Amino acid sequence: MKRLILLSILAASMGVAEADDEKQHARGKAVYGKWCLICHGEDNGSSGGGTRALKVLYKGVVPAKLEDRTDMTPEFIKTVVRQGQAGMPNFRYTEISPEDLEAVIAYLRRNNK
Amino acid sequence: MRTPDGVSESDFRKALEEFANIVGSQWVFTSPEAVDLYRDVYSIYRNEPEEPVIPAAIAPYTAEEVQAVVKVANRYRIPLYPISTGKNLGYGGPSPVYSGSLVLDLKRMDRILNVDVQSATVLVEPGVSFYQLYEYFEENNIPLTMDIPDPAWGSLVGHALDRGLAHTYSQYGRDRWSSRCGMEVVLPTGELIRTGTGAAENTAIWQDHQYGMGPQIDGIFAQSNYGVVTKMGFWLRPAHEGFRRGRVHFANFDDIHKMLELDTRLQNMEVYNGMANLGTPLYGSMMPGMHEKPVTDPEHLRLLEIKDSKRPDPGPLARYGKENRIPFWVLDLKYHGPNSITKAQWEYTRDLFSREVPGCWFTEYEPLTFPLDKATMDTLNEPGRVEKVHLGIPTLARFASVMRSELNPNPDVGHLWFAPMVPKNGTEVLKAQEVLQRETDRLGVKLPFPYYAQMPLFWYPRVGIFLAGWQVSPDPKVNQRTREQYIELTQICADLGWTEYRAPAPLHKDIIGMANGFNDSAMMKFRNTLKDAIDPNGIISAGRYDVWPKHLREERES
Repeated sequence: MKRLILLSILAASMGVAEADDEKQHARGKAVYGKWCLICHGEDNGSSGGGTRALKVLYKGVVPAKLEDRTDMTPEFIKTVVRQGQAGMPNFRYTEISPEDLEAVIAYLRRNNK
Repeated sequence: MRTPDGVSESDFRKALEEFANIVGSQWVFTSPEAVDLYRDVYSIYRNEPEEPVIPAAIAPYTAEEVQAVVKVANRYRIPLYPISTGKNLGYGGPSPVYSGSLVLDLKRMDRILNVDVQSATVLVEPGVSFYQLYEYFEENNIPLTMDIPDPAWGSLVGHALDRGLAHTYSQYGRDRWSSRCGMEVVLPTGELIRTGTGAAENTAIWQDHQYGMGPQIDGIFAQSNYGVVTKMGFWLRPAHEGFRRGRVHFANFDDIHKMLELDTRLQNMEVYNGMANLGTPLYGSMMPGMHEKPVTDPEHLRLLEIKDSKRPDPGPLARYGKENRIPFWVLDLKYHGPNSITKAQWEYTRDLFSREVPGCWFTEYEPLTFPLDKATMDTLNEPGRVEKVHLGIPTLARFASVMRSELNPNPDVGHLWFAPMVPKNGTEVLKAQEVLQRETDRLGVKLPFPYYAQMPLFWYPRVGIFLAGWQVSPDPKVNQRTREQYIELTQICADLGWTEYRAPAPLHKDIIGMANGFNDSAMMKFRNTLKDAIDPNGIISAGRYDVWPKHLREERES
């Protein structure tokens, strides 16, 4: 009986954690859509060129679209967003707050193994 | 703790506390991590001792908070540097000119305060971006449209105040500053004023008419440092009905003279009202939307070889062009308005050029009807198609041209813009190409294309701007040399009467004087007189456009 209760609590807390994750991913996706997607979305004529730049840089070793990556660390994402890279500007707290950045990190790492 | 020059640590701490009481402690940034975000990632002084130090940043939410912050800064004589969205990349970004200034970050002030569809006007705060306003119109089905600059993440207010330019209409936006109508400004004392008819206690026409009664002072707040603009009105246009594009092709080198004469006449007659682009396919022009494919034919490449910086001989090039149906020059014209009207305008254009330039030929594109269907939207910006910026649709596509790509596999960290203005006539445009090619070769400036392949941009109706992005390197020694080259070339252009229309903030101190030397620099003195009167403690944007407060002028002169 005790074991059953423990398992139920565990299952319930996992459900809460999953719901929290989903919420965080949704927030991250929204922030990503507002600030990042214009460059890091489809590589077409309207893009700011982020996906194209990463295609040239990585030559297919890792996906050029950031949303398809499964290997980025929180530190890497944070560094690039806050410091910019190779022509990409950085983003201030008044643009992407620390909490929003955490959500973006969670979203971009949702498929990490 | 980093403090502004001349401000004691205890005073600075007190001021920070007062700032926090005004805007909330979470909006006063002092941690190194937060403050570093206000460095200009494209700075030509990156990682050098001269790169501005930013002790803190403050992000107010309302004009009242700006007033209160400015009053505190005035009391403690703390220099402030207001920014709007901070994305003025290539011109200084969010970083101050004067080291030790606190950045006044207005991004949180992003309210669209009023939209008047009938008058086609808006009133916005500095944090409102082009994307934001466009999306607001789309989401709320508001039948208005606006002119869009290259990277649309910028602020309408910031763009106007730096006298930025865009790509859509000759009226209501391409020269953003000219389409402003009414400003609210916090003066360096903290007092609030409104310009135009907004100066009246009651006005029913603040965004409808630019002038109030008495001296008009709007101009002193652009490319300057006399106040903090907290609201600005703009004139827009009714939503698009139609768009037409046509090209005129010219076979002969000397056709450039007639081409520019007629283009100017047509624009001043308002026969066309869109952004005209000029290309030179025979010289390998690579301007966006023009001759998109790089030259690959060996014979053509041989004819383009530049020896001793001299223009490749136009005679053999013209013969090659005629054999291969490649024009020497192309004028890409755009017409905004109902298609029935632009049809007549295009026909007039064709008739005029046919009469005046024998041998020219035309390409006519299918006119667009709005609202655009998805299939059309999806093909915009593709090679040979209309660019979104020419339709007032926000995009970062042109920003991509300076990013890593197959053509540019090893980009540097950023760029700074060099943009002299030349008279809009064939003789001066050709002369400018030759001078700029010769001098950039002599100075060793690395540019992706020779000046013979570059044509000026005709944002303004009567001048052409030769715009070039100079690369910023991670190596300070390279950047030091770039600065020297930039300053020397600016002087050469200034001596020929070609001043820049706008300049990167880190180089204001070096080059603004070159454009203001008349009568022993009387204009510079007048600006200083204004500065001392309006901002006696010199707290707003010291050094921006080379206007310095008295105490810093004296320090710099000693």
